[in-house]
Amino acid sequence: MPTVSLTVNGKQVSADVEARTLLVQLLREHLHLTGTHVGCDTSQCGACVVHLNGKAIKSCSTLALQADGGAVTTIEGLADGETLHPMQEAFRENHALQCGFCTPGMVMSAVDIANRHGNPDESTVRAELEGNICRCTGYHNIVKAVQSGAKAMGG
Amino acid sequence: MTENGIGARLVRKEDQRFLTGKGNYTDDITLTGQTYAAFVRSPHGHAVINSIDTSAAAAAPGVVAVLTGDDAEADGLAPLPFGASLTGKDGEPNKAPPHPVLAQGKVRYVGDHVAVVIAETLAQAKDAAEKVAVDYDVLPAVTSTAAANAPGAPQLHDDVPDNVVLDWEFGDKAAVDEAFAGAHHVAKLDLVNNRMVTNPMEPRAAIGDYNTGTGDTTLYVTSQNPHVHRLVMSAFVQVAPEHKFRVVAPDVGGGFGSKIFVYNEEVVCAWAARRVGRPVKWNGDRSEAFLSDAHGRDHVTTVELALDEGGKFLGLRVSSKANMGAYLQLFSGTIPTLFHAFLLAGQYTTPAIYIEMMCVVTNTAPVDAARGAGRPEATYLLERIVDVAASEMGLDPAEIRRRNFIPVDQFPYQTPVVQCYDSGDYNAAMDKALSISDYAGMEARRAEAKARGKCRGIGISAYIEACGVAPSAAVGSLGVGVGLWESAQVRFNPTGNVTVMTGTHSHGQGHETAFAQLVTERLGVPVENVEVVHGDTDKGPFGMGTYGSRSLPVGGVAIANACDKIVEKGRKIVAHILEAAEDDIEFVDGNFSVAGTDKVMNIGEVAFAAYVPHNYPEGMEPGLDEKAFFDPMNFSFPAGCHICEVEVDPETGTVEIVKYTAVDDFGTIVNPLIVEGQVHGGIAHGVGQALTEHCQYDDEGQILTGSYMDYTMPRADNLPSFDVDYAPTLPPHNPLGVKGCGEAGAIAAPPAVINAVVNALAPLGITHIDMPATPQAVWQALQTAPAAAE
Repeated sequence: MPTVSLTVNGKQVSADVEARTLLVQLLREHLHLTGTHVGCDTSQCGACVVHLNGKAIKSCSTLALQADGGAVTTIEGLADGETLHPMQEAFRENHALQCGFCTPGMVMSAVDIANRHGNPDESTVRAELEGNICRCTGYHNIVKAVQSGAKAMGG
Repeated sequence: MTENGIGARLVRKEDQRFLTGKGNYTDDITLTGQTYAAFVRSPHGHAVINSIDTSAAAAAPGVVAVLTGDDAEADGLAPLPFGASLTGKDGEPNKAPPHPVLAQGKVRYVGDHVAVVIAETLAQAKDAAEKVAVDYDVLPAVTSTAAANAPGAPQLHDDVPDNVVLDWEFGDKAAVDEAFAGAHHVAKLDLVNNRMVTNPMEPRAAIGDYNTGTGDTTLYVTSQNPHVHRLVMSAFVQVAPEHKFRVVAPDVGGGFGSKIFVYNEEVVCAWAARRVGRPVKWNGDRSEAFLSDAHGRDHVTTVELALDEGGKFLGLRVSSKANMGAYLQLFSGTIPTLFHAFLLAGQYTTPAIYIEMMCVVTNTAPVDAARGAGRPEATYLLERIVDVAASEMGLDPAEIRRRNFIPVDQFPYQTPVVQCYDSGDYNAAMDKALSISDYAGMEARRAEAKARGKCRGIGISAYIEACGVAPSAAVGSLGVGVGLWESAQVRFNPTGNVTVMTGTHSHGQGHETAFAQLVTERLGVPVENVEVVHGDTDKGPFGMGTYGSRSLPVGGVAIANACDKIVEKGRKIVAHILEAAEDDIEFVDGNFSVAGTDKVMNIGEVAFAAYVPHNYPEGMEPGLDEKAFFDPMNFSFPAGCHICEVEVDPETGTVEIVKYTAVDDFGTIVNPLIVEGQVHGGIAHGVGQALTEHCQYDDEGQILTGSYMDYTMPRADNLPSFDVDYAPTLPPHNPLGVKGCGEAGAIAAPPAVINAVVNALAPLGITHIDMPATPQAVWQALQTAPAAAE
């Protein structure tokens, strides 16, 4: 079995995995980071979004071995200790989550959108969220939160 | 108002764990020695099973067990039940063909459960499931609702001739016939209520665990109602006796109805864990959800409305067929009947109503309650036919509604279809919605859009729904086999903080916050000192769970009543300690005081005194821990007016929602932040039905929309931001003055959207378009529209 070595939330980890192991399986089953979710099997819903080397990716359609040598940030690694990341805080303040299942992927995508767009307008946020499905919120508050979080991140 | 009590826009207590990845969903749970289940599912819509050869699978690496329907039968597992008994036109009860946990003799839909493989790893279970050899004789299938009972249609169940499980009617047929005979105008419309897949973002999952030492079974499961799961599995399926059976529904990632029901996979996990002596986990993937979650809606309908010359409604006649799928799910037959017919008065004074509803089985996944459950179907047909009538009679859609609204001075209002509405002011809601949406300015916007080559339209939906399910006596008299009260337990801990146990379940609704606000309001304890516990049959009293927008109107009242019992007991304790008469003890904002004195005891001190009863009333039980059960006198009747404005691009058929206004009557609002979220989500669900979502099967029973590549969930760029406001009236029967809010958007939105689309295309001669109004459907309609060529 090949060995994969990478940094996850700032910690060096390595694991022996079957070559077919997906990054999300490595995170959830080997590292017990269950905040990253799987909501579909066609890479559509975005519940599995994490950052690999600073960019949002879908961990359900990335092999663990593709992340070898890389740096992964998951929802568990976003807050600074007890202090929520500005995007997490914006999601809370704007009630941008209900059941919470899509939330980790939604927040990780939102941070990536803010990183790339600074202060995105509503239509940019809506277009950028195309790869994240939420059944609870109707997106209204998520869009508000992404804009507010992006602003708090410094535009 | 107490700080952070009723009405406070409090951010949610539960968000911290969800935002930091610390939620605890069923698939996040790993038990020691856990095995994994993979199901062998029918690839055919309809087939006889000649044989199942499990030998190769059983010999595959890591396989612990391979189980089939014969094993389930040998172990005494009974079929999954239908939880009601309804009477057809012929006076006979509905048919409820057996719904085996694992197929016996036949499969009846693609995804039907044939066998289960349990192995050391999920990959081994899935690999071995491929090795189960099933010999089928494929039979012709029927999937169409309309054609299910056609002559010569393949029959699914031996004891269900013509595939009709129930041919039901309700209302005064003679009065309706008379109304139509004397009508000035009759509007008629054929319509389809499209089949939906409910699609909570967390797929269903279950882990069964059996303790050989105690003989106790535990099931972790994605459930909206863990006690109901336990009850059904114990009483009907015979999985385990209730007192030796614990059901835990931890964090659940959305339900929308689809996680009410007891499913085959969940029974199998609980049963197989005992059989193999190790925990058995099944985590459904999205494809399995499309195949085997209960679907929603799927009606074909003819509706007729009789009117007088002034546009007053004289009578309503509905003839419908509802697709039940291959088997009756837990509450399926009640949805197109009871939860549908009893809403057909809508907000109107229509004096005569008659519906006939034929429930048919087909080679498709079972259909049951989905957000709104029967009420979206009723509201859609009613609000569509009202618009058709308005158009045909040259009346404005707002005006025809206004002429028929139940006047505000006629509440309580007894409709001709069972329900007695307790409060409402339908003009107030519509007036506010018309104002916010600038209905009066529509023609200018239409002209402006036309200059850009776009067709702009506006649509009104004046909806009402019956939720807060509900009075046990009422549902019992209608044939539903359960009571529908709710329970609560409010426990002061000796240190003065509070644990609240509720029989409802939160899977996104924010109970941990809203219910804590209720307790804060009632008992004056800081909201951060109140913890709400739910989702575990070992914690708290038996409860009926969450569906039908019932948690606050029913469960919330139970909590308030338990709080009142706490205060009453506290008053006695304080009277004793402070040496005053009980009648002189006042309770305000968490403090008991003796009237006219400065003697005060905080409720926290009282709690301590109750657990350390050194100076205590003689004969009184120690402790401060009270329980209440609440069975309401009536349903809850939220209502309102939603107005949708769209622009249609006639070149592409694309519909864009440019403005959406919701004005709802939810009575007293406990947490506006949470209620707005419920409304937003409901609207999105309804817009999905109206514009994008459609579950389709081919004639052989293959699902054509079995993934997010084919089934179009609404995404952020399909939707606008919404304008949400309120026009509340207080329901007199509800002690908290609250109404349910979780389903309103999904009920109101579909006709608002379709009325807007039809309004936009009316100048081209289009009078109706079925849901979903996809670009393809709209474009096709435009190609044949009478005036499109002009």
